[in-house]
Amino acid sequence: MVGIVIVSHSKQAAEGIRELSMQMAGHEQKIIAVGGTDDGRIGTDALKIYEAIQNADCGKGVVVLVDLGSAVLSTTAAMDLLTEEGIIIDVRLADAPVLEGSVSAAVQAFIGGTIEEVVAAAELARQISKQL
Amino acid sequence: MYKNYILDKDYFIQVVKDLAVMAEVERDYLTKLDSLIGDSDHGINLSIGFREVTKKLPEWENENITAFFKKVGMTLLGKVGGAAGPLYGGFFMKLGEPANNKEEVDFGEFCNMIKNGVEAVESRGKAIIADKTMVDTFRPALDALMAAVEAGQQPLDAFDKCVKAGEIGRDSTIPLIAKKGRALRLGERAIGHMDPGSASSYMILNIFYENMKKRF
Repeated sequence: MVGIVIVSHSKQAAEGIRELSMQMAGHEQKIIAVGGTDDGRIGTDALKIYEAIQNADCGKGVVVLVDLGSAVLSTTAAMDLLTEEGIIIDVRLADAPVLEGSVSAAVQAFIGGTIEEVVAAAELARQISKQL
Repeated sequence: MYKNYILDKDYFIQVVKDLAVMAEVERDYLTKLDSLIGDSDHGINLSIGFREVTKKLPEWENENITAFFKKVGMTLLGKVGGAAGPLYGGFFMKLGEPANNKEEVDFGEFCNMIKNGVEAVESRGKAIIADKTMVDTFRPALDALMAAVEAGQQPLDAFDKCVKAGEIGRDSTIPLIAKKGRALRLGERAIGHMDPGSASSYMILNIFYENMKKRF
């Protein structure tokens, strides 16, 4: 299965989104939440994302869902670091809203979607209207 | 042509120590700038990052310049928390690469280090001049440095031009609307405020310069 990493500035937000996403997928689905800094501040930590990507990978690649601003920079920094260290994992940063995208990605990954399908599912979440 | 102008590891260690002092002294000023157009954490984040660097510095004193700056960069990457983490983390990690694992560099090699660091900030942040970011300081500073080197100027003259161009670049962020970061959401309300990243970038360049004056 494709692994999923959820990155938020807030630890609680990342874990809450993970909780929601896990409910939509099965227990075997790897979803790792990374939020806040080591010392409990609001922020993102590229080294924690770097580790989370490695832990989320089962050989089929990892899709990363991020919230705001520096979450994007920290994730690309983590991806660069993997490349520099010679660690080969297919990592994709989904251009999607973090909560809706994570839920969609989790479902798609759990039913055995390819990394392209998981990214597409996450990005499709941008278009889901809240007006019934 | 710059073979007689050597910057050794002691120079770089002193620069990093001075950066840590800068992060403390300027913490409230940078945070105040960030409170006007950002999330008020730039100064605090840099201070937390450089406190960790200071703590680990004694362990790194035997590293060559390349490895030394990689460790400085990695520490900032993990500790800073805001956008400055991956940006300055990238700057310092890449800064040491052109030193090719040596214990000292000449001024020409040092200029290539600055170039490599600035390009890392640009490629990570995808910002260009007038986006109201660090690049508004770094890019004109680098261009001025390279032009001065091309013209064969003395190191201190060349780096003086670099720092002055960075200062003008920093001040050029004041009237701008931001194209990156949280300030982007402020639209015209960002006008009239200096970008905190451009301010700290200038301080960093200036510390390299002040220490160079004691050497050359």
